[in-house]
Amino acid sequence: MKMTTQKIRKIKDIVMHFMIYLTLLIAILPPFSVMFEVIKRGFMAIDLDFFIKTTPTVGEAKGGIANAIQGTLITIGLASLIGVPIGVISGIFLSEYGENKFSTIIRFFNEVLNGVPSIIIGIFSYTLISPITGFSLISASFALAIIMIPIVTRTTEEALKLIPTMIREAAIALGIPRWKTILHIVLKGAKKSIITGILLAIARISGESAPILVTMGYWRWWFHGLNRPVANLALNIFLFANSPFENWVILAWGSALILILMILGINIITRMLMRGSF
Amino acid sequence: MKNLKEKIPSSIFYYLKSRISSLFKLSLNGDYIFKIFSGLIASSTILILGLIIYELILGSTLSMETFGLRFIVGVEWDPAIKRSFGALPLILGTLTTSAIALLISLPISLGVALALSEYMPKKLSYFFSFLVELLAAVPSVVYGIWGVYVLIPFLRDHVYSTLQITLGFIPLFSGPIYGGGVLTGGILLAIMIIPIISSVLRDLFSLVPSSIKEAIISLGATKWETVKMMMSYTRSGILGATMLGLGRAIGETMAITMVIGNKFKVFPSSLFDSWYTMSAIIANEFLEATYDLYISALINVGLILLLINLTIVILARLIIWRSLRIVRGIMRE
Repeated sequence: MKMTTQKIRKIKDIVMHFMIYLTLLIAILPPFSVMFEVIKRGFMAIDLDFFIKTTPTVGEAKGGIANAIQGTLITIGLASLIGVPIGVISGIFLSEYGENKFSTIIRFFNEVLNGVPSIIIGIFSYTLISPITGFSLISASFALAIIMIPIVTRTTEEALKLIPTMIREAAIALGIPRWKTILHIVLKGAKKSIITGILLAIARISGESAPILVTMGYWRWWFHGLNRPVANLALNIFLFANSPFENWVILAWGSALILILMILGINIITRMLMRGSF
Repeated sequence: MKNLKEKIPSSIFYYLKSRISSLFKLSLNGDYIFKIFSGLIASSTILILGLIIYELILGSTLSMETFGLRFIVGVEWDPAIKRSFGALPLILGTLTTSAIALLISLPISLGVALALSEYMPKKLSYFFSFLVELLAAVPSVVYGIWGVYVLIPFLRDHVYSTLQITLGFIPLFSGPIYGGGVLTGGILLAIMIIPIISSVLRDLFSLVPSSIKEAIISLGATKWETVKMMMSYTRSGILGATMLGLGRAIGETMAITMVIGNKFKVFPSSLFDSWYTMSAIIANEFLEATYDLYISALINVGLILLLINLTIVILARLIIWRSLRIVRGIMRE
């Protein structure tokens, strides 16, 4: 009798071992299929026209996504201009003066803000900024900046915490004021990991399409000014994916390929950089 | 100086002098200024969150005044003729698809987290953790286009027909198969939230003190029994991670918009039928909303979405923080 319970336990253990590896396989299979399909179908779109022509109109032969690449870069750039300083300074505060209740509350709200759906942030930006400018690049960048802030704040805080207290103490012992210590010594030491955090935040916002949709809408032309919309890669995918024209669908996959290459490229490069620094 | 002293009473003079010098000292003290400045910037997070809620309430005032509570329990969405809006089916759609996503993703995420933290050799686990995090970076809209062109044909041709043949006697699995629909939306959401839940769970499991694991192993437990004990030990953390995933699933927009079918109806006839969610209707109709009440109704939908999401995320964060503290506390002892 005792032997049989032993056996049942052993068998159960082996079965569960198998099941756990099976779940890993199930979890990884769909995203791999995503990569595979995006690369396979995306490459069909890649040619010279793809990079130099603008979004096609109905009936036009092929077209490209040059204006969308331009628009995405401008939108991200402007968003970073707003979001990165706020995020980095918040991160400095949480790391250097963060041993109190106030900082704990800020940290908590940071996490909550990070969990707010991006489309809600888009609506917020629409109600706040669009009464002044209408559907515009500024409005979209503002929304993306808000998405960036919690990410940059958290990564900056973590980066600064890795700098040993000893270095701060050494600087203070030399008579350097604390704020100078932070700006010139601590920040310099953590430069690499802070840049990593910023890049990861940029990767995240470059794939956002919901806030772009409600703040900017679709735009088929080149950049026309900050108070006008621009085209966007991620939104292009949404716009083209369900269209009845075959060349539009191909463009959607091409846009997806460019987006994925950009985002995964940033992710992989930053992680390699980080591994080198520890 | 002397003249001045004669002109104004001395007490006021000394008071002013101390005020001015303290002001002067303050402006010289870079530390203090830097701390206040960075603190103000840091608290902008709270300001932004407050502003988001305020702006959404402001934006939906018109809709709330027109419909009141009927907006939440109403089942009609007719922007063209009656100009009447009710969001109940949207709320149900969001909750149903998210629930399906959780049902599918929770066991899988548990398995992934256990494989990464307990079963795999360290080096392999490092690689796979990296991979899972990488996959979490794929944008929602890319999952969407993949859902339309790869997942829907696959599910329609290989999975749903089998499901209908074997389980068709249950009303949930009867009815026409379009490909896109409630179940497809749930499955796609599940795929998207697995990396999020499993990375939180992995961190949680890796914090369980090894002394506890060693104790149960020394009693002769098998690996699975040890793991089972670990899961009951981190119960509340698992709940928190699940709710975090739920919060993400509820707010997910582009992917679900592309696969759920976007038909406004009170109840779908089966799991294969098309439906609508709160985020999807905003994405689809925001640019087409031509009059104020329409926009206000859409923002009102957004407000409901935000409130549900905030409740879940705040609860989830509190639970995770508490359980991490408990686990760490035991580790210190």
